[in-house]
Amino acid sequence: MKEELIRETIFRVLRPITPEADFDELAPDENMQEVLDIDSFDVLNFFIQLYEELGVEIPEEDYGEIITLNDLIGYLAIRIE
Amino acid sequence: MAEFCMPSLGADMKEGILVKWKVEPGDQVKRGDIISEVETQKGIIEIEVFTDGTIEQILVHPGEKVPVGTVLATIRVPGEEAKAPREERPPEPTFKYKFCMISAQHKEGPAKRPPEPTPVTTAGKRLKISPSARKLAAELAVNLSTVQGTGQGNAITRADIERAAEAQNAAAPLAPVKPEAGMRQAIATAMARSNREIPHYYLATHIDMSNTMRWLASENKKRSIKERILPVVPLIKATALALGKVPELNGFWIDDRLQLQEAVHVGFAISLRQGGLVAPAIHHADLKSLPELMEALHDLITRTRGGRLRSSELTDATITVTCLGDLGVETVYGVIYPPQVALVGFGKIMEQPWAENGMLGIRPVLTTSLAADHRATDGHRGAQFLEALNQYLQKPEEL
Repeated sequence: MKEELIRETIFRVLRPITPEADFDELAPDENMQEVLDIDSFDVLNFFIQLYEELGVEIPEEDYGEIITLNDLIGYLAIRIE
Repeated sequence: MAEFCMPSLGADMKEGILVKWKVEPGDQVKRGDIISEVETQKGIIEIEVFTDGTIEQILVHPGEKVPVGTVLATIRVPGEEAKAPREERPPEPTFKYKFCMISAQHKEGPAKRPPEPTPVTTAGKRLKISPSARKLAAELAVNLSTVQGTGQGNAITRADIERAAEAQNAAAPLAPVKPEAGMRQAIATAMARSNREIPHYYLATHIDMSNTMRWLASENKKRSIKERILPVVPLIKATALALGKVPELNGFWIDDRLQLQEAVHVGFAISLRQGGLVAPAIHHADLKSLPELMEALHDLITRTRGGRLRSSELTDATITVTCLGDLGVETVYGVIYPPQVALVGFGKIMEQPWAENGMLGIRPVLTTSLAADHRATDGHRGAQFLEALNQYLQKPEEL
């Protein structure tokens, strides 16, 4: 349930950044940045929006752990109150 | 009386659609105010006024598509008397649109050089045309062989050129072109001209980014996520500062000579999701602190992708920086955006083996390249620029 809410939030925040993306096509174990073709500026914006929605601030040193959609959902799930 | 004209916003722009006025006759304006919006191949551009004064008359109305150089409005400059009461309509002009004295209004820019040279003769006969009419023809991309002269001895006058430009414009159907196709065409024109006219030379070097990356990581730790600085920011700043050491790379090649620019306005290449790219200027990049540059970049990228750029941002860049590292590119081989004389390309910052003082270690390494115009500079100066850039990136705390 929590994971489902996180997934919805992720897609809602991503929508204005990648207006043309079809999220159904995004496999949970694919490299999100590559598949969605977003640059480091977009990634920072994405993380800022996630922070505003979910209150989780992702430090730069953790960027390496977050490659796929599953990584991100898992990362956020254990940090949300 | 000053004339506010349809500006040339790039090497390719021939015309624009006036979308909106933000002022009306009688309004006071200050130099730099955004007074209108124009639709171009690069989206909706907010047009800044170049003088202080009072709007006298609006000549082109929303929805109208006019060539570069058309007078959009007249402005009464301070000290000038109001010409006539506004309700008194001016006599109907002979031509629907009036053209600016472009040379007086605009700095020499890319649009002044049409892609094809205007023929001097037509059917073997020498054309009778004044230099000023010839220049206007070049600016408005009028083919002189199609113009009937009405001046003395059938000489072609400025009025003839204006008429021909208008006819040419009316003949060109206002076909709904997909914006992406327009942008592609614009890039094609500018880049073809670049490769045709500019003798490029290329240099590349590896820069050890350990100091910058370490410093940035510790800075960003102190900042909230909203204030984080991306690695591209110190790269832009170091580029701008290195231009202070090699100023010949900061300028324009116009009229067969290098015209150095004192202010450093870094054009930053931004790709658009629908395809294409724009390289708007970050004004005075050398004078901004890193947080200020990050803010400026954030603002610029957001407005570029939202289609809300200002006219000065499209015309002022004195050099271009392009970063393709996000996609894993190691080395950029750039194509200069005329009339600029250099482009700096940054690849991906990658961990690589690095030998120093007889020791081998692993360092984050950035391949930096310079594409420069050999008419303006030689490889020696280009090499000095890359070395200056390297030196600045070794002392990030001083950026």
